[in-house]
Amino acid sequence: MPAGDTELVSLPIARDQAVLPRVPELVVISGKGGTGKTSVVASFAVLAEKAVIADCDVDAADLHLVLSPVFMETHTFVSGHEAVIRPGDCGATGTCQEVCRFDAVSRNDPSGRFVIDPLACEGCGICFEFCPNRAVDFVERTCGEWYVSTTPSGPMVHARLGIAAENSGKLVSTVRHEARRVAVGNGCTTILVDGPPGIGCPVIASITGATGVLVVTEPTVSGAHDMERVLELAKHFDVPAAVCVNRWDLNPDGADRIEYRARDQGAVIAGRIRYDPAVTTAQVEGRTVVELGGPAADDIRNVWDLVRGWLKC
Amino acid sequence: MKVAVSATGETMDSPIDPRFGRAARFVLFDTDSGIVESADNSGGAQSAQGAGIQAAETVSRLGAECLITGHCGPKAYRALEAAGIQVYIGAEGTIAQAIEQLEEGRLRRADGPDVGGHWA
Amino acid sequence: MIVAIASGKGGTGKTTVAVNLALSLPGPVRVLDCDVEAPNVHLFLKTNAVRTERVGIPVPEVDADLCNRCGECSRICRFHAIAVLGKTVSVFSELCHGCGGCTRICPEEAITEVMRPIGVVEERRAGRRHLVLGKLDVGQALVPPLIRAVRSKSGAGETVLIDAPPGTSCSMIAAVRGADFVVLVTEPTPFGLNDLALAVETVRVLGIPFGVIINRAGSGDDRVHRYCAREGIDLLLEIPDDRRVAEAYARGSTLVENVPEMRPLFESLADRIVAMAQGRPSHPNINEARHACR
Repeated sequence: MPAGDTELVSLPIARDQAVLPRVPELVVISGKGGTGKTSVVASFAVLAEKAVIADCDVDAADLHLVLSPVFMETHTFVSGHEAVIRPGDCGATGTCQEVCRFDAVSRNDPSGRFVIDPLACEGCGICFEFCPNRAVDFVERTCGEWYVSTTPSGPMVHARLGIAAENSGKLVSTVRHEARRVAVGNGCTTILVDGPPGIGCPVIASITGATGVLVVTEPTVSGAHDMERVLELAKHFDVPAAVCVNRWDLNPDGADRIEYRARDQGAVIAGRIRYDPAVTTAQVEGRTVVELGGPAADDIRNVWDLVRGWLKC
Repeated sequence: MKVAVSATGETMDSPIDPRFGRAARFVLFDTDSGIVESADNSGGAQSAQGAGIQAAETVSRLGAECLITGHCGPKAYRALEAAGIQVYIGAEGTIAQAIEQLEEGRLRRADGPDVGGHWA
Repeated sequence: MIVAIASGKGGTGKTTVAVNLALSLPGPVRVLDCDVEAPNVHLFLKTNAVRTERVGIPVPEVDADLCNRCGECSRICRFHAIAVLGKTVSVFSELCHGCGGCTRICPEEAITEVMRPIGVVEERRAGRRHLVLGKLDVGQALVPPLIRAVRSKSGAGETVLIDAPPGTSCSMIAAVRGADFVVLVTEPTPFGLNDLALAVETVRVLGIPFGVIINRAGSGDDRVHRYCAREGIDLLLEIPDDRRVAEAYARGSTLVENVPEMRPLFESLADRIVAMAQGRPSHPNINEARHACR
């Protein structure tokens, strides 16, 4: 049964609590992109009672397309700095270019002045420090936004990282932390996190301290390869892992091999999901798979039951 | 001996801030002279990463030998250990009460971080 | 000529396009697998290892005898990677971005730099095809420096294809920056369109000409087609939602070697991209491409 309401009232959020109690948190990741992580999380959100949903795939957030959020709050996300040369004060010494390790400085102007490419600027401030004419401004960078919304399945915290923004994981951590605030303020018993692809900074930020991770993979050579890397990451950060093979019937031998490797790496097998065109149909209709029904929907329900039992939430 | 306490306000009857890296400020109490000083931590509270490290630098520069707080993350702990500052966690209430808890041996001496970091 | 293959959404088929395009281009080809968190090109393009190099970030090391604990290093560091704590200077190298600021500013010249490894770059080869791939060490957070290391192995006189990581953040920028042309791969679904729009915005900010490939064509609806028409974006190719295509991919086989109808499609794609990257007019006939698959 979906929980939470869609009335336009303020969500109670535990803003005055500095250190929040722990809430069981499931993070769904994949290593490889496109394995069906977001579709699975969206269905879990409908099946879960009293859950908060956190979309931590801040670089390419999609969950909002199938959960019908009503936006309640928008917050600007400021992180780090960038260097900007004031052309009028530039003495064209080229010191900035000399000290920059990130190839962000070029001499484009016919006048011989230097200019910094904001897409390459790392925000280290060295050019600002060493410019003999003090011609560099070092300003805070707005990197994106994060939102708190309500959905028919519960409150949702999500975000949008700006173009070319540094993906340090800070926005991911912000979304997780705010999701925890909302959970505590609303008496929610679970946090469901849609994690980012890969194994770098944002993924690390999404899994540290989680109760468990569910790796959604696919029965392909790429899926197997990337699942192993992401399981290694979970182990590295001491987070228990479960694995679920999506679209398993496209390559049953591949699915068997993946589960074998997963068990070998200490992961729990949380079931399998069949290939089902209803998954795309649901997405096209802006709904979740379990709301539409079908073979994949049944399989997702089974996976959810297994995962709930595993995490005791 | 100078004891630093992560704080929400400047005076001894202000509540402590259970966070260290992102605490609002630090209050320093000299147990020998009874002198109280306080220092702002807005730099640490707002930084993208390494808030615990910056906070540790602040309390180290102020000459603290002991720190009382609620929780301590991994980088903060490493930094405090490098600075030779003893960390006591689990404090509650006001700053004055926290110091009393320390003197009565009711606080746990940390031998490592007790919470996870925010991100690697 | 440098062509980058990117997308907003993961799993749309970047690697599929990069691999099959590499097999369809005339002359020597170099593929740079910049998806260093999850490199997959080597699973499809059979090559032999030539050389492996450890890649690292230069991080500070402080000579305690020369250090006077002035704190300048800590003051200049934006990442809190170096701090004066007690009687020594501590380095938190996992936070260091390798900017070299502390090393430069130290008035006592007490800081030198050492390599902190973050991953490897492997150079591989099969005949006229070169493959360079980056593989991030599991647990490492910082990604762009490894991507830049892969990009630095560009070679000369070859067509370079870059398999970029998904998304539009700093990693994708590091992979795509400086390319002559970008191919954006998407799927005809709401997620595909949402993320394509983000990728288009990014490539426009980068100022690089681009075109779109729709993979799994026929599996969703026509919203991506309508978007491309509205935006005046060139649709370069549609790869059909065909079980044979999915199965070849699942096995680690290539399309051009296993699904014969795909070969002429990728060859004409290769011609079109070469023409567009060189700024020559090309006359696409997407309907021909569509009909060839039936």
